[in-house]
Amino acid sequence: MSLKFSDEAQKKFENLLTRYPNKRAALLPVLHLAQEEFGGWVSPEAISYIAQLLGLTELDVYDTMSFYTMFYNQKMGRFVIEVCRTLSCEIMGASTVTEYLENKLGIKSGETTADGLFSIRNAECLGSCGTAPMMKVNDDFYENLTTQKLDKIIDLLKQKA
Amino acid sequence: MAEIKILMAKENVKNSHQIDVALANGAYSNLEKAFKMKSVEITEEVKKSGLRGRGGAGFPAGIKWSFMPTGDRKKKPNYVVINADESEPGTFKDRWILERDPHLLIEGIVITSYAVESNTAYVYIRGEYVKQAKILQKAIDEAYEKGFLGKNILGSGFDLELTLHRGAGAYVCGEETALLESLEGKRGYPRIKPPYFPAAIGLFHCPTLVNNVETISNVPWILENGGEEFAKIGKPNNTGTKLLCVSGHVNFPGVYEVPLGINLLTLLETYCGGIRSRNKLKAVIPGGSSMPVLKAEECNVEMDFDSLKKAGTGLGSGAVIVMDETTCMVDVSLNLLKFYAHESCGQCTPCREGMPWMKRMVQRIKDGNGRPEDIPLILNVADYVGGDIDFSRGKLGKTICALGEAGSWPTIALLNKFREEFEYFCNNGKSMINRDKSIKTPENAVPEVVAT
Ligand SMILES: Cc1cc2nc3c(=O)[nH]c(=O)nc-3n(C[C@H](O)[C@H](O)[C@H](O)COP(=O)(O)O)c2cc1C
Ligand code: FES
Repeated sequence: MSLKFSDEAQKKFENLLTRYPNKRAALLPVLHLAQEEFGGWVSPEAISYIAQLLGLTELDVYDTMSFYTMFYNQKMGRFVIEVCRTLSCEIMGASTVTEYLENKLGIKSGETTADGLFSIRNAECLGSCGTAPMMKVNDDFYENLTTQKLDKIIDLLKQKA
Repeated sequence: MAEIKILMAKENVKNSHQIDVALANGAYSNLEKAFKMKSVEITEEVKKSGLRGRGGAGFPAGIKWSFMPTGDRKKKPNYVVINADESEPGTFKDRWILERDPHLLIEGIVITSYAVESNTAYVYIRGEYVKQAKILQKAIDEAYEKGFLGKNILGSGFDLELTLHRGAGAYVCGEETALLESLEGKRGYPRIKPPYFPAAIGLFHCPTLVNNVETISNVPWILENGGEEFAKIGKPNNTGTKLLCVSGHVNFPGVYEVPLGINLLTLLETYCGGIRSRNKLKAVIPGGSSMPVLKAEECNVEMDFDSLKKAGTGLGSGAVIVMDETTCMVDVSLNLLKFYAHESCGQCTPCREGMPWMKRMVQRIKDGNGRPEDIPLILNVADYVGGDIDFSRGKLGKTICALGEAGSWPTIALLNKFREEFEYFCNNGKSMINRDKSIKTPENAVPEVVAT
């Protein structure tokens, strides 16, 4: 098998196992770890690897993983932009934020730019309702958005790439 | 009376999430006292306090604790699970505690675990709270280093292992039995009660106490000051303070700690600076998106469990969503139905099929193709999915968990209370409201743009 955790990830994995009375309970944290390690998504090879590590079937792993929105079964853009579309954000202008980004990046929500840099998705309430509208880019929250701020954020992300 | 801050006591303390700062401000000072008490005495104190669960249902915490088998009744390991899933739309209060005072939560967890004789505790945090998880993990590591967690805490002979467990994006995992399934590494399918009451058959089939972050963060104060002192705050049967998270069309949205029973209009005027742009208030959802909406003229109510129940709605998670006159209620209804249709776990037919069906009907209205007979039809479907909060339409409990109710209650309330808006839309193919879809971030609220 070609996939393997780095030494550091392997240590994290072993530590995770000590936190639960059975291996299966470590599945969510291990999926997070694998997604981080193996390029931001959980590939079929990663599923096999995890199944083997935890003594589960591939079906067990896929069954659990497919329930959750944060595990990706396809390669995503370098920056996954998730605009919250739920009520507190919508009434503060979230749909305008999405439109603005779609126009700026030339893709629709659910798509990835041709250069593989940006994906736009919609997300449900992310617990930033008091600082709406907001979006999440990979692990980071960007709150109290304005169009000027969106320009600045996209510029910064492009520089980072 | 000076304002009492139990949960936001460190509001003005910089870096209060760091252990040294937290210790200098009294963190963990109640552990010694707790360990001198018998576990049942702590539960008694919490019962006396009248503390009710802050996760949504308002169940008395002390009574829930007393369901846990302790002493001779304990046959298997007991577990404590803290619900930090915080995914009810409009809610961002637990986040305040996680970011600003994680040691308060950990102190509460240690005392609670001691009281219910559990040596293993988990915090289930929503997956999207990456930064919050990092802060809490660091705090947990610090607490281990200082001997507030781990073996033989402060020489008491009491051991506690605390593990932070990240979810991965699923609203239903906030429901306590779905949360336990998820913690066991499975799909977040709620379990059927009975028999799966967590205190009887919970995590790994063992007795389990599930409480919300805010609930548990009250425990150190109760221990320090006594249950009776706590019960003096707020109102009878609705004791203590509550974190209210206000969002939407007010000048100062945010988290506010207030005594239970504060008048909603006072909250909006005094704390939140009134409605933005001097617009007129139209409606408020007082307890998170699952709770029925209040019309402006119904907003002269006290914010506590019993008063809001009497007003036909609920305090829920304490999420106050404020809408001004530019808000179209057909839009609101569609927005919420999209949420519930997306978040239904799919186990129960009424919820899995009913939410998308209602969503499609409201979408049709919004697209200008609605028929007047759609309105009673939507109400009828809502009855089948969850029924009405006041039992006037259909009975509750048609689904394994309360997500069915959570989606139908707000739908029924919106359609009934703003019926003329839905009818107008059906008859004219457009909204009767002059909607404002612009971005409304106040100019003064532009925190730094940081790419970390
Ligand atoms: C669909 C659904 C979602 C829920 N989401 C949450 C949540 O995000 N956080 C929470 O604390 N409780 C949530 N609850 C309530 C929990 O099931 C449970 O009542 C609560 O965690 C108990 O803690 P408490 O007694 O301290 O309030 C939810 C319930 C339902 C039905
Ligand atoms: S509604 Fe967007 S963060 Fe809560």
